[in-house]
Amino acid sequence: MQPPLLNISNLTATYMEDGQHLVALENVNLQVQPGEFVCLIGPSGSGKSTLLDIVSGLFAEVEGTVEINGRALASAQRPGSTSYMRQRDLLMPWRTALENAALALEVHGHPRKESQRLAAARFAEFGLAGFEGKYPAQLSGGMRQRVAFLRTVLAERELLLLDEPFGALDALNRSNLQQWLVKLWEREQQGVVMVTHDVDEAVFLADRVIVLSARPGTVIHEERISLPRPRTRAMLTSDAFLAHRAVLLDALGLLEGDVA
Amino acid sequence: MNDRIARIIGPILLLLALLVGWEIAVRLTDTATWMLPAPSDVIRAFKDDWRLLLTHTRVTLSEVLIGFGIALAAGLITGIAIDSSRIIERALYPLLIASQTIPMVVLAPLFLIWFGYGLLPKVLVTALVAYFPLAVNTVDGLKSTDRELIRLMLAMGAKPGQIFRLAKVPSALPMIFGGARISVAFAVIGAVFGEYVGAKEGLGYLMDRSAAMFETPRVFACIFILAAMGVTLFALVSLLERIVLPWRRFTAGST
Ligand SMILES: Nc1ncnc2c1ncn2[C@@H]1O[C@H](COP(=O)(O)OP(=O)(O)OP(=O)(O)O)[C@@H](O)[C@H]1O
Ligand SMILES: [Mg+2]
Repeated sequence: MQPPLLNISNLTATYMEDGQHLVALENVNLQVQPGEFVCLIGPSGSGKSTLLDIVSGLFAEVEGTVEINGRALASAQRPGSTSYMRQRDLLMPWRTALENAALALEVHGHPRKESQRLAAARFAEFGLAGFEGKYPAQLSGGMRQRVAFLRTVLAERELLLLDEPFGALDALNRSNLQQWLVKLWEREQQGVVMVTHDVDEAVFLADRVIVLSARPGTVIHEERISLPRPRTRAMLTSDAFLAHRAVLLDALGLLEGDVA
Repeated sequence: MNDRIARIIGPILLLLALLVGWEIAVRLTDTATWMLPAPSDVIRAFKDDWRLLLTHTRVTLSEVLIGFGIALAAGLITGIAIDSSRIIERALYPLLIASQTIPMVVLAPLFLIWFGYGLLPKVLVTALVAYFPLAVNTVDGLKSTDRELIRLMLAMGAKPGQIFRLAKVPSALPMIFGGARISVAFAVIGAVFGEYVGAKEGLGYLMDRSAAMFETPRVFACIFILAAMGVTLFALVSLLERIVLPWRRFTAGST
């Protein structure tokens, strides 16, 4: 049996603010299998970003264990073992799209030229052909997001951590990128933990959706999504989709108001 | 392209108009040359004394360049040191501010006593004047690095050296260039001031001597050279900035 790609057990995380303890996550248990797409939803402040910060090794004051590929790693050992896309695109304004996409490879020790060659080879696939030499300020929001995405994917880590990658985009751009991501992932089969506010997005993309409670965040529901792959937009109106959606909205406590 | 030509021609036309107005005003009022020379008198001074002016320009220019070079190196080093550690910041920042509050009027004569009439005291005054904007802007520039970006790189497993080279330095460069532009202009003033206090050569010295002998056209010639020097150095730094930071054109809006 292959060990889970990510195994979080009994995780509790506390922020210190003005000498006060603020428990952000409490006793969280979570597993991600190799090649699995997991979406994380929960109210604002439930600790979703904190959870990704912990897995990527940015946040150390925690109890519990984090195992990646069966190895328990202390937080200082975790940086570099996952590929993290944070809520903002965080492109470097002084680097061209190509140079930005190549950043993670460079950080991981590939020579500059080779990193850029590897990045350039995938520009077309990410809908960015012809924009290699443009600076972020010259790109649209959707394109910037795709460059950030390419940078994340190129890091070639088995586990991708995505924090609301489409949060800042308008509905049309968002829907296009969702379809594009689902195709990309169905081909690559990397493990993904993706945070989102959007229940429809979670059901459309994920194999499994995990619901966190309001602060202190803890897992209150896990929903295995039964929709077949490859996913298509037509499924958005299917009965199975709507059933999953209703269960998740209920878990988030968002249904009560509507029922009456 | 038209816009560019307009930008260059505009100031030149204005300058010419001012010079012509000045010439006419001086001639009409019959002002004595030693009081206020007309531009034609100044041009004559350039023609007659060009060898002298050139010699002294060379001296001042080398003071400016050496002083600025020292200020640049010192500013970058202290800026990086202050950014790298809290302890160094606490120790160095007050000294940095203090270096600005000691008036040059006091320091320059002291340098004269300590180091004599040669190049060194002028270079020191120049460097001190030019140092502050460079050091402060280096610190601010490095500190302006997006903290989220640093965290992203940490998550990638970047080492401190990589974060410094790939994130902090590029973030700081626009502000460092901003500081350098102010600094070169200050450096020219610093060098002239150093020469005024006591020197045997340089444009500051030449102005002082010429004024004492009522050679006012030559004083004006010196002023023109100094202005041209300041503007040229400023433009050179701006040009270098455009070459080194091509991306600024897309984010900086107007400039
Ligand atoms: N650096 C910090 N210092 C102190 N408290 C913090 C810090 N970062 C987050 N918190 C707190 O921890 C809790 C969880 O924050 P987190 O950013 O993980 O939530 P989130 O689920 O990602 O929210 P959102 O959906 O709004 O992005 C919040 O209550 C927040 O105020
Ligand atoms: Mg968040």
